[in-house]
Amino acid sequence: MSLLKYESQLREPLVDGNKNYHQITEDIIRPIEMKPSRLWYIGFFISIALLLFGVYSVYREVTYGIGQWNVNKTIGWGWDITNFVWWIGIGHAGTLISAILLLFRQGWRTGVNRAAEAMTIFAVMCAGQFPIWHMGRVWMAFFVLPYPNSRGPLWVNFNSPLLWDVFAVSTYFTVSLLFWYSGLIPDLATVRDRAKTKFRKMFYGIASFGWTGSTKHWQRHESLALVLAGLSTPLVLSVHTIVSFDFATSIVPGWHTTIFPPYFVAGAIFSGFAMVQTLLIIVRKVLHLQEYITVGHIEAMNKIIVLTGSIVACAYLTELFIAWYGQNPYEWYAFKENRANLFSPYGWSYYLMMFCNVLSPQLFWSSKLRRNITVTFFMSIIVNIGMWFERFVIIVTSVYRDYLPSSWSTYYSPSIWELGFYLGTFGLFFTCFFLFAKYFPVIAVAEIKAVLKTSGENYKVKMTDLEKADAEKFYIDEVAHAH
Amino acid sequence: MAGGIKKFVVGSFDDEKVLFPAVKNVRKAGYKIHDVYTPFPVHGLDHAMGIRETSLHTAGFIYAITGTTTALTFMSWVFTKDWPLNIGGKPHFALPAWIPITFELTVLFSAVGMVLTFCYLCNLAPFVKKHHFHPRATDDLFVMVIECTDKTNADELQSFLQTAGAQEINVQIAETGWWIGRYHKEQKLYKEEKGY
Repeated sequence: MSLLKYESQLREPLVDGNKNYHQITEDIIRPIEMKPSRLWYIGFFISIALLLFGVYSVYREVTYGIGQWNVNKTIGWGWDITNFVWWIGIGHAGTLISAILLLFRQGWRTGVNRAAEAMTIFAVMCAGQFPIWHMGRVWMAFFVLPYPNSRGPLWVNFNSPLLWDVFAVSTYFTVSLLFWYSGLIPDLATVRDRAKTKFRKMFYGIASFGWTGSTKHWQRHESLALVLAGLSTPLVLSVHTIVSFDFATSIVPGWHTTIFPPYFVAGAIFSGFAMVQTLLIIVRKVLHLQEYITVGHIEAMNKIIVLTGSIVACAYLTELFIAWYGQNPYEWYAFKENRANLFSPYGWSYYLMMFCNVLSPQLFWSSKLRRNITVTFFMSIIVNIGMWFERFVIIVTSVYRDYLPSSWSTYYSPSIWELGFYLGTFGLFFTCFFLFAKYFPVIAVAEIKAVLKTSGENYKVKMTDLEKADAEKFYIDEVAHAH
Repeated sequence: MAGGIKKFVVGSFDDEKVLFPAVKNVRKAGYKIHDVYTPFPVHGLDHAMGIRETSLHTAGFIYAITGTTTALTFMSWVFTKDWPLNIGGKPHFALPAWIPITFELTVLFSAVGMVLTFCYLCNLAPFVKKHHFHPRATDDLFVMVIECTDKTNADELQSFLQTAGAQEINVQIAETGWWIGRYHKEQKLYKEEKGY
């Protein structure tokens, strides 16, 4: 609102359709108040079925041991840790949208931040499953906590990256949850105040913590959001940095590189945005929110995808170059034979990764393709497949041929229970997401209202002028000639 | 916790552009604004109402350094005093290796502490009930609530709000604090007949 702020007339408004405040409330909260569609039920029950399959797979693994999976002494971290890193990477986009874009004052984040943050929380929940169940004797999982135990007390090893991971992931989950929920409180109050049924009055009454919308409370709320954003920004960078330390601090050829932290963070944001696209393209269609999650939003996220995808590409090539330039025979062997050799057992996965993460996102340099929803949807899935294979390549192709050729592994492919566990986390993720989309406002209502009147004003003026000019031109060309 | 039962004049505005001059005029006329309830954070409204800046971020900083100190002292005590372990011949006091955990605890303490402080200051918790002056204050109305003192002429104040551009004006007698429990059907907590 200040006079110093100038906005280009090329910048489109963040909310289409000339809404007023009440219409925003109506549009976003109506899906909560309606019976879910048949599509919702179908999706929800498929998710529940996957979740149950996952629960059974985990039950087998706990009862009979890790031997239910096809991992072995050489490939100790197979699909399990691949999935862990993949899920945790997906979570990163939510924090990037809600925290980093808040600090950069990017108004467009308001349309997508709530759903992206929810995605973060669910993705971190899924990620957390893998290291926990990989422990084998999961009833001893509390051994990772530093507490005065009966074994001395023998403390945990604070110098170990695996313990750093425990702290990083649990802090990340807690802070994301607090950030998400503190942002939700005012919107839940909006649902509460228009609730008609007894259940909604009670549920949203409890969940909204007695929020009134007092000016002082909003002032504190803004301050809280800003500081939490400031805290989450280095936090999200630290989480994937620490995940990459799990690899980088070991001396396994292919893992022992200093490029890992920035490379992992960029990859995480890359895959996270792809997942946000997959989810939001469906959500905006099913819940009729095209005016809030506009093509402009999708384009903005595609720009981030092409940026982070190119950073990832740069990292792949740097890594390959350094493996050769470093003249370490083991390192070079891992890259030359285990990965870049198409005819080695896992060579195909390296090229699949290169295709999905390096080549395909380059399509988004074209603004026509960036603004095409079908292309974006397919691309988002390709990117996520690619990013899953990135972690697979890093983990499996580095360890399956270690220093001792006699223990080189035969071909590793997952068992049905390993696969079931992975599918189960999809079940968990989508069950949570379906419940979220049904019971919570998927767009930050209050934040959208706050940017409604401060975005795209010059664009609107330009458009009216253009329409006026067109009408005049039409009059001159057609009507005047006819006379 | 009871904040006391008071009389209020409530005026609702549907445009923040009308609200700002109204706030200014009401304050100039010497009335005491109890609060303005808005559906979203209206920038500059706190300054217009003369509310001081929040120092929540200072609290956040204090929680943060508490986290830093906790992590560092705990890890150094464990590894140098309580149970010194020889890990690959590395020094017991391995400060660089403790940076990740120190950082995580700094963030964790600060975030949890700030959110709890925020909830405490704003009286936010599950099951907490408060008087809502207008149900559309969380939808599309900016609800200005002015407290009536002994000297306030409520009728005069109502017409004053009318000229200031308020859409809906009424007088409410309400409990200002928060409480736990059920609403009375008519949104009244207290029972006058029992001299509550």
